[in-house]
Amino acid sequence: MNLVQAVNSGLKCAMADDEKVVVLGEDVGLDGGVFRACEGLLKQFGPKRVMDTPLAESGIIGVSAGMAVAGLKPVPEIQFSGFLYMALGQLINHVSRIRNRSRGAFTCPVIIRTPYGGGIRALEHHSESMEAIYVHTPGLKVVIPSSPYDAKGLLISAINGNDPVVFMEPSRLYRAIREEVPDGSYTIPLGKAKVVKEGNAVTVISWGSMLQQAKLALKHTDVDVELIDLRTLKPLDVEAIISSVKKTGRCIIVQEAPRTGGLASEIIALINEQALLSLKAPVSRVAGFDTAFPLYKLEDYYLPGTERIINAIEATVNY
Amino acid sequence: MASKVLKTFTLKYLQVLDENGKCDARLMPKLSPRQLVELYGLMVLARRFDEKALSLQRQGRIGTYASVLGQEAAQVGAAFALRGSDWVFPTYRESALLIARNQPMARLLQYFGGDERGSIPPKGVNNFPIAIPVGTQGLHAVGAAIAATIQKKKTVAVGCLGDGASSEGDMNEAFNFAGVFKAPVIFLCQNNQWAISVPIKQQTAAETIAQKAIAFGFEGIRVDGNDVLAVYSATAAAVKKAYTGKGPTLIECYTYRLNNHTTSDDASKYRSEAEVAAWKKKDPVARMRKFLEGKKIWNMKKEEELLAKADRQVSAAAAEYEATPKADAGDIFRYQYEEMPGFLRQQMDDYKKLTEGN
Repeated sequence: MNLVQAVNSGLKCAMADDEKVVVLGEDVGLDGGVFRACEGLLKQFGPKRVMDTPLAESGIIGVSAGMAVAGLKPVPEIQFSGFLYMALGQLINHVSRIRNRSRGAFTCPVIIRTPYGGGIRALEHHSESMEAIYVHTPGLKVVIPSSPYDAKGLLISAINGNDPVVFMEPSRLYRAIREEVPDGSYTIPLGKAKVVKEGNAVTVISWGSMLQQAKLALKHTDVDVELIDLRTLKPLDVEAIISSVKKTGRCIIVQEAPRTGGLASEIIALINEQALLSLKAPVSRVAGFDTAFPLYKLEDYYLPGTERIINAIEATVNY
Repeated sequence: MASKVLKTFTLKYLQVLDENGKCDARLMPKLSPRQLVELYGLMVLARRFDEKALSLQRQGRIGTYASVLGQEAAQVGAAFALRGSDWVFPTYRESALLIARNQPMARLLQYFGGDERGSIPPKGVNNFPIAIPVGTQGLHAVGAAIAATIQKKKTVAVGCLGDGASSEGDMNEAFNFAGVFKAPVIFLCQNNQWAISVPIKQQTAAETIAQKAIAFGFEGIRVDGNDVLAVYSATAAAVKKAYTGKGPTLIECYTYRLNNHTTSDDASKYRSEAEVAAWKKKDPVARMRKFLEGKKIWNMKKEEELLAKADRQVSAAAAEYEATPKADAGDIFRYQYEEMPGFLRQQMDDYKKLTEGN
């Protein structure tokens, strides 16, 4: 399966296992979603559980919040993450706070799926990586898979839980990689990073489509890199990050998002607090720029690629 | 080719009790004398509570509070038509509604006294915590209503709003979703004519808020919001409609905010005393009392007993609130996630270690 098929399979498993799970969003019914992540759901589960909604993102998230409070497990799709900002009020003021502000009387398990990131020659506003907004919001969990297998297992875990989750799918990877994915249900726990490749010279931390760029970069260097896929951005697997950095003494974080105030900054702060004396070189960031994401002809300037990653690896080991 | 009138609309207005407490018998809802007295009693209790809350705020014993003075009929009348299992998604100006929905008054004070535990509803009563961001809660009501249809539950969800909220995008999205999904939802709009300092004529060019429902494909009605019987009657009809799968209703209760917006506001800066005085004459509580007296089911003795009882209840609630110990610091961490993640536990433990010295 490719990643979008794995997401589709995950949705089908979750919906078959629990009748409280419902899917809603723009074009998720007859059309199966613009990327086809919801293909076949309407036919299999019917219009009560697979709802084409009016074109209103705040409405989709606000209605999902009400459904969740009333005992359903809504899995809204926001067609592109650039349209999720319309729902930030609902997300930050309500979805993320309901459990806390009602002191547990109400819960709001809304699992928001949305494609993010560049590299697909898309229209303007379709390519940003704004995960830090959601990571910064208390009460949310944030998941970004980098492979089909992980996408399915993480999605089912997210749906099985009782917390709101922003599940960001790298649209660049939707059809880029194929791997064996079981048809049946399985879970990958949230909050657990994955060591993609063990190594001793430098820790490279990434997630989503940048993880695949980092993986490509490894083919072009002899440095003994330890590559970590965060998979869940909130809660972070602090233990995995710190134990790897303590072992290698060097660390690079690769994020597609703009450099300032991104998740890489938070990871550096954690390393500072918990592994400072193990460091042999400054922790560095390979990141998007603090610019508006360019239109597609120029997006290769913006997107961190193997060259910038290799450059950072060599600068860090030769520090 | 054609040039013709494609649509016209009509809008109903309902008033059962006039300003002097005279009722139109043909419009009278089926309520027993005991129920009529109960409606009145709830309004009186809500008003006594409101006075107490304002007084506690002045003494610094609770924080900012939004008075319901003048809007008791709209809130009590609507609540009286609902069951505990029905949902309400209230705004910050909904004390009377919540009291009529059995939310303990001590908890209302607790919320305005800065303690989240005040939002916890009694068991089996679906009172959602109040929404501070204006107009956001209508969508939650629609979501709960759609959920009820999926779960095949006979439940209606009430989304509260004011005239100001009718301008919000979220509110209009809520109307639209409600119409499209034919959701069992009631939008209970209290048009109190002032959104802090902005009067209704600057809020919308539409003559009524009720008519907005028509554009979204469902029924709207304006009622005299200071007439508890009209509000009850319209709500009861909307509930019946919702229970039988006939979709949403927007009820615009035409009323007036007699008090400041909140305790942090001074309304004398932007509206005339004459306007307020004119609306005081339409007082919903006095109107119901006149009606009950006219029906010979109310007298001075009963009034005195009722006031004394309300005062006792309100004082007891205030005492209970004041006797409630402040929650420990763990309370702000404990409910953020289903299971406390490690990073949050760390923050909590570090803070506790610092402050508790262990």
